[in-house]
Amino acid sequence: MAIELPNFTPNELMVCAAARQLSDGEVVFVGIGLPNLACNLARRLHAPKLVLVYESGAIGADPKRLPISIGDPSLVTDSLSVCSMFDVFTYYLQGGLIDVGFLQGSQVDRFGNLNTTVVGDYRQPKVRLPGSGGACEIAIHAKRVFVIGPQSKRSFPERVDFITSPGFVDGPNTRKELGMPGAGPALVITSFGCYEFVDGEMVLTSLHPGCTLEQVRENTGWEVRVSSNLATTGIPSPEELRIIREELDPTHLFI
Amino acid sequence: MSDAVRRFVQDGDSIVIEGFTHLICFAAAHEIIRQRRRELTICRLTPDLIYDQLIGAGCVSKLIFSWAGNPGAGPLYAFRRAVEQGIPTPIELEEYSHFGMVARLTAGAAKLPFYPLRDYMGSDLPRVNPLIKTVVCPFTGEELAAVPALNPHVAIIHAQRADENGNAQIWGLLGVQKEAAFASKHVIVVVEEIVSESVIRSDPNRTLIPGLIVDAVVHEPFGCHPSYAQGFYDRDNDFYVSWREISQNEQQFNSYLNEWVFGVRDRAEYIARLGDALSRLRAKPAFCEAVNYGY
Repeated sequence: MAIELPNFTPNELMVCAAARQLSDGEVVFVGIGLPNLACNLARRLHAPKLVLVYESGAIGADPKRLPISIGDPSLVTDSLSVCSMFDVFTYYLQGGLIDVGFLQGSQVDRFGNLNTTVVGDYRQPKVRLPGSGGACEIAIHAKRVFVIGPQSKRSFPERVDFITSPGFVDGPNTRKELGMPGAGPALVITSFGCYEFVDGEMVLTSLHPGCTLEQVRENTGWEVRVSSNLATTGIPSPEELRIIREELDPTHLFI
Repeated sequence: MSDAVRRFVQDGDSIVIEGFTHLICFAAAHEIIRQRRRELTICRLTPDLIYDQLIGAGCVSKLIFSWAGNPGAGPLYAFRRAVEQGIPTPIELEEYSHFGMVARLTAGAAKLPFYPLRDYMGSDLPRVNPLIKTVVCPFTGEELAAVPALNPHVAIIHAQRADENGNAQIWGLLGVQKEAAFASKHVIVVVEEIVSESVIRSDPNRTLIPGLIVDAVVHEPFGCHPSYAQGFYDRDNDFYVSWREISQNEQQFNSYLNEWVFGVRDRAEYIARLGDALSRLRAKPAFCEAVNYGY
């Protein structure tokens, strides 16, 4: 079935879908790449008072160029505060100030657990990945976690090889039993659709225009639940696309 | 630099060269490689290019860390070769999250045996790292994670400026430099500028590391290249991107070391070889409003 696609890239759609879920005044723990684009897009549109916190210590950042790493100097210039990493993790994150934490995973499973440590066995890895960084504690403490990234059968296994950053671990009550302050993953945005969590399990709630349920099933390592109110993800507006292309990522590094 | 490394970094030592993307002292790492130190335990939240270089050069037997990558530009292939294939030598990993590493250095700096944090529940990290333990709060009964103090032999900290006694001022991203310095037995401060004590005294809030814990001060302009120093020069991102290719095969990795590390006597020669490439990286002015320290 050929469906004519409007003129935007999958990453642009993902950025817009994430941006629309951010509310004005929220405090967001931002990652580099698509999360950074989503947060800065939201700030320019419906959420001008969104507070961007980067794990490098920039609080209330106002980057005038596209940050290429989490420690980019443009996150410092014009920010509200720059603090040590002790302050970021202890007072801001463990202190309960973070509303939304953005995370990515090389593997994401049905309970929203994320793996950024190893593919294969920890002691004899097939692929050694970077590790946690701040992701483990963001997953535990942020009030809501948004996961954004590409989807394939390999990256969406039923069970991740290693839980770097816990989602719902193995069921709806485990987070509470383990004493995790944050509510866990709330939203997963992939190249095919958006997912929310019901009883701790990922449920497809919207399909991107042009994507099919078959594609989703082919690219998921378990029998994925589909919402009875399955929607179509809203497409980017011309203004959203203009801001992304002209202001946020003019060299198209991430889109 | 050569004297400071010779005097304070010995084979078998544990070292920390901190800097979260900002103020990463490539000059020090290159000198350690040139002096062919071996069996080092290298500690750092974000082992990036310099730790990749130390590992690939065979200086390292153990890495204590929380995120090993080329920030914004991909994986570290020398690190991966060592972990996945034991090339040039196998390295032992001791792995935490950022918060865990911050907590370890904080305990080390405070001379406490451990630091408690609300972390790691539901994660597999404690399963592969027995040093991540739990402790019960004596007041509330809550079970918390605990990580042991980290007290490296040597911390190498790059700062924008210091006086000759090592009172070092840093602005921009602060990372865990203060904790790393106070936690370590010896501290080498490397700076873009040596200033007079009166400059330091005119703005004491900016002094992150006091001279009283500093063993050596090294004046090394552009000592962070290709990393950056806020207010001095930007990151040389082209180099970070090219590291992907350089580090991907051993031969290219070794020819990089031969040209840019073993092939130069010191940092000054490295800088001279870079030539004009540096001028495009110089920072644009963005000065703060002065504050009144008077009373």
